[in-house]
Amino acid sequence: MSVPAIELEHVGKDFVVRRAVGRLRRETDVVSAVADLTFSVERGSLVGYIGPNGAGKSTTVKMLTGILVPSRGRISVAGLVPTRQRTQLAQRIGVMFGQRVQLWWDLPLIESFELLRYIYRIPPQTYERNLSTFRRLLDLDEFLRTPVRQLSLGQRVRGEITGAMLHDPEILFLDEPTIGLDVVARQRVREFLLSANRERGMTLLLTSHDLTDIERLCSRILIIDRGRLIFDGDIDTLKARYGKERVLVIDLEEPGPALQLDGARVIRIEGPRQWIAFDGERLSAAQLTAAAAAQAPLRDLTVQEPEIEDVVRRIYQERA
Amino acid sequence: MADLSDLLALYRRLIAARLRAQLQYRTSFALDSTGMLLISFIDFLAILVIFANVPQLAGWTLPEVALLFAITGLTFAFTDLAIGHLDLFPQLIRDGNFDLLLIRPRGTLFQLLTADFQVRRLGKAIGALAVLAYALANLRIDWDPGRIAMLLLIVPTGVVIFASIWVATICIAFWSVDAREVSNAFTYGGQFLGQFPMNLYDRWLRRFLAYVVPIAFVAYFPALYILGKPDPIGLPEWLRFTSPLVALAAAFVASAVWRFGVRHYQSAGG
Repeated sequence: MSVPAIELEHVGKDFVVRRAVGRLRRETDVVSAVADLTFSVERGSLVGYIGPNGAGKSTTVKMLTGILVPSRGRISVAGLVPTRQRTQLAQRIGVMFGQRVQLWWDLPLIESFELLRYIYRIPPQTYERNLSTFRRLLDLDEFLRTPVRQLSLGQRVRGEITGAMLHDPEILFLDEPTIGLDVVARQRVREFLLSANRERGMTLLLTSHDLTDIERLCSRILIIDRGRLIFDGDIDTLKARYGKERVLVIDLEEPGPALQLDGARVIRIEGPRQWIAFDGERLSAAQLTAAAAAQAPLRDLTVQEPEIEDVVRRIYQERA
Repeated sequence: MADLSDLLALYRRLIAARLRAQLQYRTSFALDSTGMLLISFIDFLAILVIFANVPQLAGWTLPEVALLFAITGLTFAFTDLAIGHLDLFPQLIRDGNFDLLLIRPRGTLFQLLTADFQVRRLGKAIGALAVLAYALANLRIDWDPGRIAMLLLIVPTGVVIFASIWVATICIAFWSVDAREVSNAFTYGGQFLGQFPMNLYDRWLRRFLAYVVPIAFVAYFPALYILGKPDPIGLPEWLRFTSPLVALAAAFVASAVWRFGVRHYQSAGG
């Protein structure tokens, strides 16, 4: 267990963007998607890799999986150099992109699995064992013979995850695995990923916009912004430091002045709607609602949990 | 060798799966195939119109030109059948779905070439076969083992040449989104020019079709040999036997261009 599953040393990726200036001249801009990343991931760990849009998450995952050649730095995944030993690496990792269809669109699910079996040269016993495990854990039987194009999103995601794991990968990369799923489906996928990590010792690295995904799954969180690592630690440290603030959104019967509430502050007003930020550890949404109702008649309300984007923004503001 | 048979077995499986998927749409399949068949007859009609006005075209009779037409048509139809989906490659690059080929433990070019199979283009091949039958029935050919071997080699050789041109030109998609039109100019354009005798063309175009985009080696040189015809341009006779070598060289160049392109792949969406 001496060699880490994933290792990055001063890794960067620049994209060359050409744009037309005037009629004939073209200017080239170099855009740095990943500036300078150094971190390593131990085998068997479950790591959440998060950051706002455009922070460089996908670019990092693409460099780790051998899709993109890094502009500088050194990468090692499962002891291999991703782009140089791409096919060897592909045999030992699994990749699932939540927003891409990796299975064969017009074939029944089971036929996609059969093709993957030969593409990955999976030994028969391994294939049978894994397929029957996944069929049970992910309830695949009812739609195993349905063409992928006719599956619901939740069914397809279960199929995609199975497809990414049939060949017993050591490391599984998941890019937004639960995007667009309902609460039940999301929960089921999370439980499955947890069991893969615990029972198979699989290393998991996942990116997600959903903080609850990260919270339920990951023991370690890496946050990047503008291509640099800005946080590396566990969820408790992260929440204690930045994620305490929740927002209560209240619709009043009529537009009025900002409500005056102890321990909370109005951060935005739009007609009859007011956004009230409060410390989730000191105050409950119920207490706050009662206090608000005493001041003005309420029509509707919702509570917003801290969004990953907000947490990251706060971390970033603190750094600036 | 074990590796090659493994690849062939995988290819069979992938193609069988594509066939099952395409046969789900039987009506559109039948309509498409018939349409393709008609198109190849209409193309040949154009040649008949020319010969209704002149007895010979640059020293070539109708059955001789029909032979060129049939060979070019047949090889192009088979190429189209096997890798016609390369038309969609620029889209694959633009949407970033080329990523999905890079995460599988197989060569990217192999995966791209085997990604689909256009059975419906079979209509084109049938049309070309009919024209070939017409040409062979109306030509007096001294069949000997050499000529028969050449006839059998023509199609695989031509398919490799067309496929190489297709792969090499479609690589433009790694840098620009307009790849499809450029590639079509070479493949469809090459097919059109290959249907006629090379000595019909101006010197610069002849050189281009012989040395740059080797269309002349698909039908023209092999046909000269089968017909026992002296080269109207006066090129050396041994050139007629070099088509398989040219095909290998073209495949080598195409795969080098491909590897160069893959290294420049930038994916999509940061």
